[in-house]
Amino acid sequence: MLYILCPHCGSRSQNEFAYGGDATVKRPELNKEISDQDWDNFVYLRKSPRGKHLELWHHISGCRQWIKVERDTSTHEIFKTYKADEITE
Amino acid sequence: MSQDFRLDNIGMVNRNKKISFTFNDKKYFGYEGDTIASALIANGVHLVGRSFKYHRPRGFFGVGVDEPYAILQLERNNERDPNIRATEQEIFEGLEVKSVNCWPSVNFDIGAINNFLKMFFPAGFYYKTFMWPPSFWYKIYEPFIRMAAGFGEASIKHDKERYEHKYEYCDLLITGSGPSGLASAYAAAKNGARVILAEDKPRYGGSLLTSDVNIGNQTGVEWSEKIITELKSMSNVIVKNRSQVFGYYDHNMLVMSERIGDHLPKTQKYLPKQRLWYIRAKEVLISSGSIERPLVFGNNDTPGVMLSSAAKEYMKVYGVLVGKKPLIFTNNDSGYETAIEFKKNGVNPLILDTRKEPSSDIINEAKNLGIEIKFSYVVVAAKGYKKVKSADIAKISDNKKDLSNIENIECDCICVSGFWTPSIHLASQSGNKSEFNEKIDAFIPKKSKQKENTIGSANGKFTLEETINEAFDKGYEVSNKITENNNKVSIPTVVEKKSTDHDKFWCVPLPKGKSYKRFLDFQNDVAVTDIELALREGFRSIEHVKRYTTLGMATDQGKTSNLNGLQLVSDIENKVVPQVGHTTFRPPYTPVSIGAIVGREVGKHSKPTRKSPMHEWHEKNNAVFVDAGVWLRPRYYKQGNETLFEASKREAKNVRKNVGVCDVTTLGKIDVKGPDAAEFLNRVYTNAWLKLPVGKARYGVMLREDGIVMDDGTTTRISENHYHMTTTTAQAANVLSHLEYYLQLVWPELNVNVVSTTEQWAGAAIAGPNSRALLMKLFPNTDVSNEALTFMGYKEADLFGIPGKIYRISFSGELAYEVNVESDYGNFMWEKIIEVGKEFQIQPYGTEALSTLRIEMGHVAGSELDGRTIPHDASLEGLVSKKKDFIGKRSLSRSAFIKPDREKIVGVVPLDKTTSIPEGSYIVKDPKAKLPNPKLGHVSASCWSVEYDNPFSLAIIKDGKNMIGQKLFAMSPLKNKTIPVEIVSSHYVDPEGKRVRT
Repeated sequence: MLYILCPHCGSRSQNEFAYGGDATVKRPELNKEISDQDWDNFVYLRKSPRGKHLELWHHISGCRQWIKVERDTSTHEIFKTYKADEITE
Repeated sequence: MSQDFRLDNIGMVNRNKKISFTFNDKKYFGYEGDTIASALIANGVHLVGRSFKYHRPRGFFGVGVDEPYAILQLERNNERDPNIRATEQEIFEGLEVKSVNCWPSVNFDIGAINNFLKMFFPAGFYYKTFMWPPSFWYKIYEPFIRMAAGFGEASIKHDKERYEHKYEYCDLLITGSGPSGLASAYAAAKNGARVILAEDKPRYGGSLLTSDVNIGNQTGVEWSEKIITELKSMSNVIVKNRSQVFGYYDHNMLVMSERIGDHLPKTQKYLPKQRLWYIRAKEVLISSGSIERPLVFGNNDTPGVMLSSAAKEYMKVYGVLVGKKPLIFTNNDSGYETAIEFKKNGVNPLILDTRKEPSSDIINEAKNLGIEIKFSYVVVAAKGYKKVKSADIAKISDNKKDLSNIENIECDCICVSGFWTPSIHLASQSGNKSEFNEKIDAFIPKKSKQKENTIGSANGKFTLEETINEAFDKGYEVSNKITENNNKVSIPTVVEKKSTDHDKFWCVPLPKGKSYKRFLDFQNDVAVTDIELALREGFRSIEHVKRYTTLGMATDQGKTSNLNGLQLVSDIENKVVPQVGHTTFRPPYTPVSIGAIVGREVGKHSKPTRKSPMHEWHEKNNAVFVDAGVWLRPRYYKQGNETLFEASKREAKNVRKNVGVCDVTTLGKIDVKGPDAAEFLNRVYTNAWLKLPVGKARYGVMLREDGIVMDDGTTTRISENHYHMTTTTAQAANVLSHLEYYLQLVWPELNVNVVSTTEQWAGAAIAGPNSRALLMKLFPNTDVSNEALTFMGYKEADLFGIPGKIYRISFSGELAYEVNVESDYGNFMWEKIIEVGKEFQIQPYGTEALSTLRIEMGHVAGSELDGRTIPHDASLEGLVSKKKDFIGKRSLSRSAFIKPDREKIVGVVPLDKTTSIPEGSYIVKDPKAKLPNPKLGHVSASCWSVEYDNPFSLAIIKDGKNMIGQKLFAMSPLKNKTIPVEIVSSHYVDPEGKRVRT
């Protein structure tokens, strides 16, 4: 079970969190034309990298903040965690 | 009581306390501190089971966790506990144990015929035998395999024992209290670290309990007692016996099972039987020791053949002789320690040493004691069926290939030692890649993967001096890293006998013309010939060989067999062991009770139960409850002998005719506050929100980004920047996470806060033509007329001195209101409604009537918004704004979502007006069409329309809009029903929605 450093609460066990997927996906702006292809990519397509991955976790049983976690998907090593607004990649 | 094999002056069991127990219904005695194994051996019992495949007689092979043979079934309080290792289970008064895998008895086992049919059970016989014909699988092969599989039988009754989970954090977890565990725990604890020391046996000390050594000025046993006593007195140390750390998981999370009540006749009231510890350790020291390796020779599975270290422990810890005419068969010095212990206790052993001319302190001591030793000698085969009676021994040539001078000698046990295998399981589970150490012919951990270090004999250190020095150093070093303290304790001097190198020889060749079975895996009956066959058949990877032959796949996970298996594969393949590699170690290290894994999360505790403030009232009024997520909701209120059908019909009718009240506390409620709240709602919901005035509610639908409806509900503008959102009961948590996601990550510039207020408000829906009259009596000081409180209006009002909120919203399609008060007043509100409502013929109604009301009105709910429907499908397209953008809007123009024959919600009525349509039925054009019959859609919800007194269902079918008026069929293959139906509008009752507005 992972041990995740919540930037708001401190280190907590994985079972307090919900996984939220790739943190680098950016929602297309509202009221802007977008092609079918680009929209499909946003809604459905995700990379599944081996190695470093910036991902979202939601501290649902804690402070209820969404945080960003830089994790190695093969070793589970967590390099750094960020508040939601700390990095905007 | 006399026990033929009990020694008088040795052992650690409590001679003052006799304990009786039964084994296979026969009564035996032992002493407090005995295991089943030691007590049975003291009584001269060696036959305890039958092997898995050939049903060969099984005795005791080890003395602890490594035991492959003595798996028994424990019976207490009429409950069965299978898979008990006799070498670990301590006896208690009244204990009942039985042999498994034998019928009719362990002495006479019919299944033993397999032993004579063994040519039909080669490696992989499952794959070869149970292949054809395929039709045999279901009726013949599977029942046969199920009958033959497994050891023992689990109790099918509910386990009344209590199991607990515990979470613990520490600086340093040490797994094993042998010399390295004790020394490192002591060094770290003295340096201020918070230490947990776990020992799987009842007694602390590990190898110190049985070895003839001195530490400081004390014997090994005295020293370990002193250290343990001091550790127990320290506030920064937790010391646990009978506790097995069995799993090493990510981020230094380890799991330990503590056996608290297993050795007690009856668990005390508040004491759990077992406790599972989830331990998050900053650092881990793995001091799990090593397990002796068997030597391989003919019939080496005969009862009476056992590890020499086990024989020694039975003597020194339990005061029990495993035999009176022992043969010691060894390739290293360890066997001599056992021989010396026999000799000290008045028994004359014979040592067969595979080595030619070894010389060391211990060998000399054995010689001086007058112990007979034969060098370059091996055991060719054990003789005897249910117990060793003699052994064929032989001289072996220097190249270890040829046997000569074969003779038969009498003996009653054969104690084998093939050197030691470090227990690297935990290190391996942590991700540590092991490496093969040529010096000890075994794998040891390599570079630390997580925050773990392996010490002592688990790390291949086989002298006490090395072990103690390494452990003190590591304990200090690791604790220093955490505490930054510098309190170093001095390392005591160690006195031990020096030993010499072991012999790499481990598998005795077969004499000419003999075909003895030579076993590698004692629990799964895997013999040398099985491995040879697997290799001949082309299996190369050790992982494949393992699975094909089942080597190391038994409940002991190959603790005594893995390395010999690897050796054999590398010998045959002309490789060295590191080239072959070893199979992966996975948790658990030893079998763990399912009960311990489940813990207290059983029955009602398997999930939280949420109850509304009115729950007790519902109970008192004969409510029958239904699970709605984790909530308990009244399904109906039973009167007399009513069935669910009758009661829900009565309740729904009363709503349509008079007035009903329904507990709607469970609806999700979210406060949305902030200057940008309107803009936020406008983006979240499909319809327009910017112009909703204060004091008004609006129905809204929210989508996921893929265009699928996520949830629906009403949201009310309480004040300028304050909205009260309601969600469905089921989706409340998801909707909150969804809103938080967009506010925190996508549109952080919006100044809005959301918080769940579900538990802050108790809610009652008052519905029916009499509802306004009732409301006027409930709120005499508030104008609730149709003009003052219009449909979708909102008012704050005084309910007999309690602040209440009235929302004029309706799910039932009747004139209806929802009244909210703070939760603590929920019951007060409810009782007032019932009391005042009497004159209007009020009745409470449950979820079943609620469903009926909404279905015949064509209002959608979870069964329609099932994660597959877009607004159009549920006839909610009128709520989809064309002007503004919102979450998921772009997806709605995807080609599949704008197809003209897209599914749409319709009503379904059976032509005979009496046959109810099962939910989930398919709607088809031709019930006799060739399979697979193309389906138009499915029935999502069914009810008995109280308005028209006939069955009515909702369905979502292809091109639904144009199907209205058509005669089709509802088919339920599950219920074997085909019902002719007519498709009608989904708004079956009051299609213009007049009632809610009058």
